[in-house]
Amino acid sequence: MPEPREVLRLEGLRKSYNVGGRNEVEVLHGLDLRLDAADFAALVGPSGSGKSTLLNLIGLLDSPTDGELYLLGQPTRAMDDEARTALRGRSIGFVFQFHHLITAFTALENVLMPAMVAHGKPDAGTVAFARSLLKDVGLEQYVDTPPDQLSGGQQQRVAIARALVTRPALLLADEPTGNLDTRTAADVFALLRRFNEQHGCAVLVVTHDPRLSETCDRTITLVDGKIVEDREHPAG
Amino acid sequence: MWIETTIAMRFLRQGRGQTLLILFGIAVGVAVIVFVTALISGLQDNIIERTLGTQAHVRVEAPREVNLVAPSAPGTRQLLLEDKRAQALRPIDNWIRVRDVLDTLPHIEAVSPVVSGPAFGRRGNATQSVALVGIDLARYLQVIPLDESMRDGRLDVGSGNAVVGSQLAEDLGLRTGGKLRLDAGDGREAVVNVAGIFQLGVRELDARYVYLDLKQAQSLLALPGGVTVIDVTVDEVFGAEAVAARIRGLTGLQAESWMESNAQLMNALTSQSLSTRMISLFVAMSVALGIASVLAVSVTQRTREIGILRAMGTRRAQMLQVFLVQGAVLGLAGSVIGALAGWGLIGAFNSFGPKLFHIPMPLALIPAAMALATVAGVVAAAVPASRASRLSPVEAIRHA
Repeated sequence: MPEPREVLRLEGLRKSYNVGGRNEVEVLHGLDLRLDAADFAALVGPSGSGKSTLLNLIGLLDSPTDGELYLLGQPTRAMDDEARTALRGRSIGFVFQFHHLITAFTALENVLMPAMVAHGKPDAGTVAFARSLLKDVGLEQYVDTPPDQLSGGQQQRVAIARALVTRPALLLADEPTGNLDTRTAADVFALLRRFNEQHGCAVLVVTHDPRLSETCDRTITLVDGKIVEDREHPAG
Repeated sequence: MWIETTIAMRFLRQGRGQTLLILFGIAVGVAVIVFVTALISGLQDNIIERTLGTQAHVRVEAPREVNLVAPSAPGTRQLLLEDKRAQALRPIDNWIRVRDVLDTLPHIEAVSPVVSGPAFGRRGNATQSVALVGIDLARYLQVIPLDESMRDGRLDVGSGNAVVGSQLAEDLGLRTGGKLRLDAGDGREAVVNVAGIFQLGVRELDARYVYLDLKQAQSLLALPGGVTVIDVTVDEVFGAEAVAARIRGLTGLQAESWMESNAQLMNALTSQSLSTRMISLFVAMSVALGIASVLAVSVTQRTREIGILRAMGTRRAQMLQVFLVQGAVLGLAGSVIGALAGWGLIGAFNSFGPKLFHIPMPLALIPAAMALATVAGVVAAAVPASRASRLSPVEAIRHA
């Protein structure tokens, strides 16, 4: 059986705030973690355990204080903002709790946005792929609709399609179902699962909902800035 | 630049109310700049045109006569009490050669030799002090458009004819075809036929000037073959001083530009131009501040969207460009509207205004005002744009 392709590796990752100041506080204490291409993992833990901080570091939105973060085998800590931004745009898709669509653009344009900021005017192939993603999330009839005319669940589905348009190696979702009802939340999770299987991208989802985390292949539990459990389990 | 421009335009379109408001502000500012600058420029052109309608750009005369003081012996002190010399009417030495030299100089468009001096004009019992001006008519008309100021009769100064000012005609009861006796003193008298009456619009000139043929005036003023003044027209009125300096250097004669002889007028024009520039500067600053404040508000309102765009791979430079483009678009669009409004104001002034003078359409001013507003827009956008580009994506996404 071939070795699974490594997407993400953390080695002794630490994050402190107010470094050098009197109020210096370390929120992540030397984390080690590896995610492979087919992983569908949940990151769980109580509030204040450092989940969002870890997600920001993995998403190259923030820099670690110590340790190293390898994305697709590339060490990222020494990268400048330009290189990190380029790698982020190329390799990572984000789904945020509050969907965060750009209201000045239609649903289709929002989906295309990551491709457009990276490559400019999208070619026909990219537009077709974005349309197919919107179709996959059941919103093909809303391609030209502005986000503020969509429901919360529809907006979150647009955000998922957007996160996948660049065919990222890693999809990060920060409580993507946090403000959705149970049924819509289950639908969104099912979508993430489907894309994980269809596109082969690693998925790391922060969630507070144990029922949803149980549907993942793996649950990583973070408490007080330390990974206290990394459990694989068959998908529910 | 496609995506940066697209995002910028969408942001502007979405914030329609703010965009329209600031566009209105920019348009008013640019319209004020265009109109005030054109108005002052038209006014100044009118004043200069009127001033130069009765005088040459450069007036060349024989150097003033001065006393020559013998140098004192070494080691001695000299006390000098000097009476300045009276300036007798003197011809310019070798004026034909000077005229021919001036004809060939660059920036000089016309050269007109003139002989002028005082005399009395008599008709019946009435006597008026007059200035005899002997001219070579063809050349003189290239310097002073006297033909445009004729009120009566014809412009003919040959064969014992003369043209006189309207005020002098009135004072002496002269009309076209009448006779005027000219007395230059020492028995030099002549009776001339009044061929025409002019009105230059300057009372002093209209009350004293009597235009004669060059030869007749030379004879009356006892300056046979001589001229006292050479009038010069230059191609660029504000270059007259440089041309006068060149003439002084070349000929050793006294050459005075219209700017020197109208120092107070020049001072007023300079002050007026300075005020216009100050008004334009302050209006441009207000426009820039307006753009800056609107974009600063926009950056705050769109902080979360900026964070999302950054998270999706938008580089700092791209984020910077999004807001610089907004500044440039606001400046350019506002200035186009403002330039059109300024144009309209000028048209309205020319059509319905007091009609004291005409404001020419400032073709060069409009692209200049548009360029100024666009640059001001970009400069004004620099600070908010820089703030947007420096936002941390994490903090921006968290922004409530």
